[in-house]
Amino acid sequence: MEGLISLAVKAVFVENLALSFFLGMCTFIAVSKKISTALGLGISVMVVQAITVPTNNLLLTYLLKPGALAWAGFPDVDLTFLGLISYIGVIAAMVQILEMALDKYFPPLYNALGIFLPLITVNCAILGGSLFMVERDYNFAEAATYGVSSGFGWALAIVAMAGVREKLKYSDVPDGLQGLGITFITAGLMAMAFMSFSGVKL
Amino acid sequence: MAQKRRELLLDPLVDNNPITLQVLGICSALAVTSSLKVAFVMALAVTFVTAFSSLFISILRSQIPSSIRIIVQMVIIASLVILVDQVLKAYAFEISKTLSVFVGLIITNCIVMGRAEAFAMQNPPGAAFLDGIGNGMGYGLILMMVGVIRELFGAGSLFGITILETVNNGGWYVPNGMLLLPPSAFFVIGLLIWGFRTWKPAQVEEREFKIQTVEGH
Repeated sequence: MEGLISLAVKAVFVENLALSFFLGMCTFIAVSKKISTALGLGISVMVVQAITVPTNNLLLTYLLKPGALAWAGFPDVDLTFLGLISYIGVIAAMVQILEMALDKYFPPLYNALGIFLPLITVNCAILGGSLFMVERDYNFAEAATYGVSSGFGWALAIVAMAGVREKLKYSDVPDGLQGLGITFITAGLMAMAFMSFSGVKL
Repeated sequence: MAQKRRELLLDPLVDNNPITLQVLGICSALAVTSSLKVAFVMALAVTFVTAFSSLFISILRSQIPSSIRIIVQMVIIASLVILVDQVLKAYAFEISKTLSVFVGLIITNCIVMGRAEAFAMQNPPGAAFLDGIGNGMGYGLILMMVGVIRELFGAGSLFGITILETVNNGGWYVPNGMLLLPPSAFFVIGLLIWGFRTWKPAQVEEREFKIQTVEGH
């Protein structure tokens, strides 16, 4: 249990997907102009991340790993090379299912988050989360914790960024830095602030 | 026709750069640039995937039903990325370890998807192939520029070969360790964008608010 809490804290602050691995930067830069939209996108990323990372973990353990197909009578088969294509397939399918489920059962939520869902399939934070899960050999409980907390970390970063940018638009920025340039430098300063968490251990 | 080909190939380098202007594919641009060698391999991999995915998608463009085109594009891109990943694992294992998840992330690199969607779906295979190479090179150019700055001033070397002898090895150069850490990538790209836009003022973004100048102060 302690291990899981420490993993969660690490995923939110120390190894923040957006600020220390630069994942999901395209949307991070493009959709961080207003706090309300940033919050909507952040929550959708968290939900999708919380579903896809554990699902991909199950897929890896029971279908792809060397020897994982032993239950089906193929103990020598190693399908890990199919990893990338299956993870992205799971992500695309999950996003589609989530979209349909929200539309049918929670229309208000669908209206709030709906426009962001298609964006999420191509958000590298989602695929990145699954790939980190594979690389670090998480078991199912760890994968579930990592999914939720890394999604939360990403949401935290984008909402904070939107807060900064809402104030920033009133300031006098040099012409060439206007827009994209100053956004990058702001993100850099935020990443530095997040680095100060790097000594934290629980 | 030759003129148009040149444009397809060279336009994305500066005038319509995928990173500094179209804001595509930034994730990996930031993450893999702390050493030049890795940045170079990444640039090659992305150029390869962009070029061939554009080519194949353009060949198939009239056969793909528009309702499932995203999935078809994804499958093509993912297969190419798997190819790259397996080749890197076989012939450049060290580099593939350093790149870790970022090779896989080429799948969701917006440049590849963006070019497939915006260009390859409407244009013949030859043009799409060149456009893919051009955009891959535009991406690679920024990647190499950031890589040079970060490795030269952060570790005093280029491609792992020492250029500026560091103090630790008895030389004179005090390396700036900050440049090897993630945040510096943001600053370097931010400043590069500033440089590009000062050079080409047409790329400057419009202000949302103007500062009012008051007469008589």
